[in-house]
Amino acid sequence: MSAPLAHLEILPRSVHFLLALGLLALLAFPWTGQDFYTQMVTRMMILAIFAMSLDLLQGITGLVSLGHAAYFGLAGYVLAFMSPADAAASWLITLPVAILASALVALVIGFFVVRTQGIYFIMVTMAFAQMLYYLFFDNKGLGGSDGLYINVRPSALGLDLENKLVLYYFTLVSLVLVYVFLRRLLWSPFGRTLNGIRLNEHRTQALGYASFSYKLTAFTLAGALAGLAGYLWGVQTGYVNPELMGFHMSAHAIMMVILGGMGNVAGALIGAFGFELFLHFFKDLPTVGGFDLGKHWQLWMGSLIVLVVIVAPQGLMGLLRPRSQDD
Amino acid sequence: MTTRRLVLTRSAALLGAASSGLLLPANAQNNKIRIGLMLPYTGTFAQLGQACDNGFRMALEEKGNKLGGRDIEYFKVDDESEPSKGVENASKLVQRDKVDVLIGTVHSGVQMGIHKVARETGVLNIIPNAGMHAATRALCAPNVFRTSFSNSQPTLALGKAMMAKGHKKAVWITWKYAAGDEAGEGFKEGYLAAGGTIVKELGLPFPNVEFQALLTEIASIKPDAVACFFSGGGASKFIRDYAAAGLKGKIPLYGSGFLTEGLLDDDLAPSAQGIMTTLHYSTSLASKRNDAFRLAYAKTFKMQPDVYAVQGYDAGQLLLQGAAAVNGDLSNKKALYAAMESAVIDSPRGKWTMSKAHNPVQDMYLREVKGKENIVLGVAAKALSDSGAGCKLG
Amino acid sequence: MDLANFLIQLLNSVQYGLLLFLLAAGLTLIFGIMGVVNLAHGSFYMLGAYLAYALTGAWDSLALAVLVGTLLSIGIGWLLEKILFRHFYHRSHLDQVLLTFGLIYIFEELRSMLWGDDVHSVGVPELLNWSINLTDTLSYPAYRLFMLVICSVLALGLWLLIGKTKLGMKIRAGAFNSDMAQALGVNIVRLHALVFAMGVALAALGGMLIAPLSSVYPYMGSQVLIMCFVVVVIGGIGSVRGALTAALLVGLVDTFGKVLLPEFASMLVYVLMAVVLLYKPEGLFKQ
Repeated sequence: MSAPLAHLEILPRSVHFLLALGLLALLAFPWTGQDFYTQMVTRMMILAIFAMSLDLLQGITGLVSLGHAAYFGLAGYVLAFMSPADAAASWLITLPVAILASALVALVIGFFVVRTQGIYFIMVTMAFAQMLYYLFFDNKGLGGSDGLYINVRPSALGLDLENKLVLYYFTLVSLVLVYVFLRRLLWSPFGRTLNGIRLNEHRTQALGYASFSYKLTAFTLAGALAGLAGYLWGVQTGYVNPELMGFHMSAHAIMMVILGGMGNVAGALIGAFGFELFLHFFKDLPTVGGFDLGKHWQLWMGSLIVLVVIVAPQGLMGLLRPRSQDD
Repeated sequence: MTTRRLVLTRSAALLGAASSGLLLPANAQNNKIRIGLMLPYTGTFAQLGQACDNGFRMALEEKGNKLGGRDIEYFKVDDESEPSKGVENASKLVQRDKVDVLIGTVHSGVQMGIHKVARETGVLNIIPNAGMHAATRALCAPNVFRTSFSNSQPTLALGKAMMAKGHKKAVWITWKYAAGDEAGEGFKEGYLAAGGTIVKELGLPFPNVEFQALLTEIASIKPDAVACFFSGGGASKFIRDYAAAGLKGKIPLYGSGFLTEGLLDDDLAPSAQGIMTTLHYSTSLASKRNDAFRLAYAKTFKMQPDVYAVQGYDAGQLLLQGAAAVNGDLSNKKALYAAMESAVIDSPRGKWTMSKAHNPVQDMYLREVKGKENIVLGVAAKALSDSGAGCKLG
Repeated sequence: MDLANFLIQLLNSVQYGLLLFLLAAGLTLIFGIMGVVNLAHGSFYMLGAYLAYALTGAWDSLALAVLVGTLLSIGIGWLLEKILFRHFYHRSHLDQVLLTFGLIYIFEELRSMLWGDDVHSVGVPELLNWSINLTDTLSYPAYRLFMLVICSVLALGLWLLIGKTKLGMKIRAGAFNSDMAQALGVNIVRLHALVFAMGVALAALGGMLIAPLSSVYPYMGSQVLIMCFVVVVIGGIGSVRGALTAALLVGLVDTFGKVLLPEFASMLVYVLMAVVLLYKPEGLFKQ
């Protein structure tokens, strides 16, 4: 079967404009509205980081993982373990440790998993994620099925993440850094090699590249970035549970990335925001003529997903592509 | 669609979203009390969520839909029984819709999220089902009340009933997750205190429903009785498998009442005959209060109530009493909480009161499945209270 | 564990394994032959169970319900293939994952709207409502034995079909190289429709058969779906023989795991899958 196609690696000017506008909007947003919406956008930004980390793996390297949430959830748990019961941990310490933990686990799992191909890769990534899920679910010492609280949010260098505004900008900075980093990576020799592996692994190998180590590096890096997102999630909600490492969370990530359009990092970002906005929109639908539209949000969401796959196979970004460009 | 048009429309959309903050409806300064319902309206527990919702609304409907003289306004969020969205959904009600009271929820994992928001924001939270211990033990809070049960309460009452029938050696079986563990705690405490011996504790992964392997185990152990905690579709299958494996009648089956609650239809009932359960309610409770409740519920919703409906109903009654005591001024928290703490709820399950940790102190009934009903045999434990260990209230 | 206990647990393993096989067979065929990843396979299983519930309710006969239900499922499968899935054979696995994930949402909603959210029961037919005594405490329900027999018959039937008939040969050719098969005169479009409908019917049949044992409730499909995929992947995609072997393996691991290693029971099947794939990255019997 064909490898997943990445599109629009060179972003047209319109998209650049859109992203710049988006950044301005994000910078200004907290001053415009209610506390709740600031939190909602913080969450969207966290999910965008998560989606971009998956795009590195899926869109750029062509490795579809159904277990990416494992590294997302794990970082949140690391924070929970390192947070004392009634004092703030230091994010200067806990953040790197959490990212490192996720990276390490991704490295170990990746070492076993990256040797498989195609659908087997998909299934094995899911298998390991499920194993991790059950490890936490079944063990009361690790929090068990009810999860763990993070009672006081981390703080360091005068930036107290308990403050919602501080957390918002902290997340925004992380988002921008991850985006820039990944865009740079995409066009670096390393990124070009990953692309080559996605398009035709054998040919890339024939050119002398050891695809295994490249794929493993991408897997580990993606895991680390997912860890960053998971850490921020833990900070924001103050609560972690095994579902954060579960199948549904992984599927959520895949859907965000595909909705936006894969392979160019910007798509994952847009997909994350778009997906969440649609979800909120459908759930808040009013009752029309006795029929509770909001209650049946799953129907609308499912139909939207199906529609996107049929009509816009390259995601929202694909809709922006000029007719002439080929891939 | 040309790229320029696309860019323009998209930037407009983004700017619109950004400025929507300004356009959001200002917190209406009307005099209505805002009630937030956070329940599973989809997912495996949808049936339970809807029952809680029905019961709650009925309680308020009966008193003219007014709390302490003020009108009410409902806000609803579907929590999908998704623990990872618990905090987000609760925040939606508390911060966006600015509810005065949050009624929720069914699933303990989601409750963890609600509990976090409740403790951080101080919003009044009435739990219509989730039995997680922490909510009325180590993590209790002055603004959190429960009108249902704690996970160990029903099973705590099993021990004495089993010993009374001479079942000295039992096997305990449940799912391996927090609710199962906590139910097991209750059973162990009650049964050992009554002099029983737990021969083996069996657990299977949640939500696995392949019971055959463990039923075979039980058959080879040959205990005097089996005690269990299961609910929903899994409970239905367990009853079936238990009977089909020939254990029914040979090794008596006991359980927390959720094993049979709301599941006894024509096809399942034959396999369930004789199962003894303990619960704080049964539709067959013979009391004027229960009869009136059942009639009204059936008339309004065209179906029979169950324990979840009663719990939702009592959440409504609790709120009504509290609001009445402060004449609708829910900001008078001290008086409101005091009134709720000292409330006596005239419930279809019988009269009950609040423990210091804000959990119901209630009778546990011993029920036996006869026909399609859980017939109440008597009171298994009177005025049973959860330990509230670690709670610093009162 | 004494011998009698061991043998009974073995019986339990085989029975569970065979049921898994029924579901996995359909999945592996669709996957192996059309290359379509179908996450909605669990929904077909649920569909079967709910059909059994609805039809038995109407006509009071499980046998009739199963017959009509199977025919209905074949029809639904054929329709779905024609309208939707046919256009996705050439699409990437990812698109298929996404499509079928969306379908799961839609199917669950439809189920909720048609039959509600309650837990329902389906009665075991009178003919099979008895048990065989295995020990003085334990009996084995006749219905489970019946299922054992049916699944074995179906397994044999499938093996004969795929391995020994002309149709089976065409199916295998289509799986190996659909363009070549088409060039050689095989009506590949009709073949795909047939295989898809068969896959759906097998899953629905599984749901119908198990309904009297397991009850019928929301999201029952999602629990079995992951197991199905595990079986298909361990066995090797497209291999019916592989699906059978893997299903029996999974049955063994699940059953004995619960009894001997309850602490790790949830993880064991995944560990099995991981171990198999590390030694045979394409499953046990890759075509």
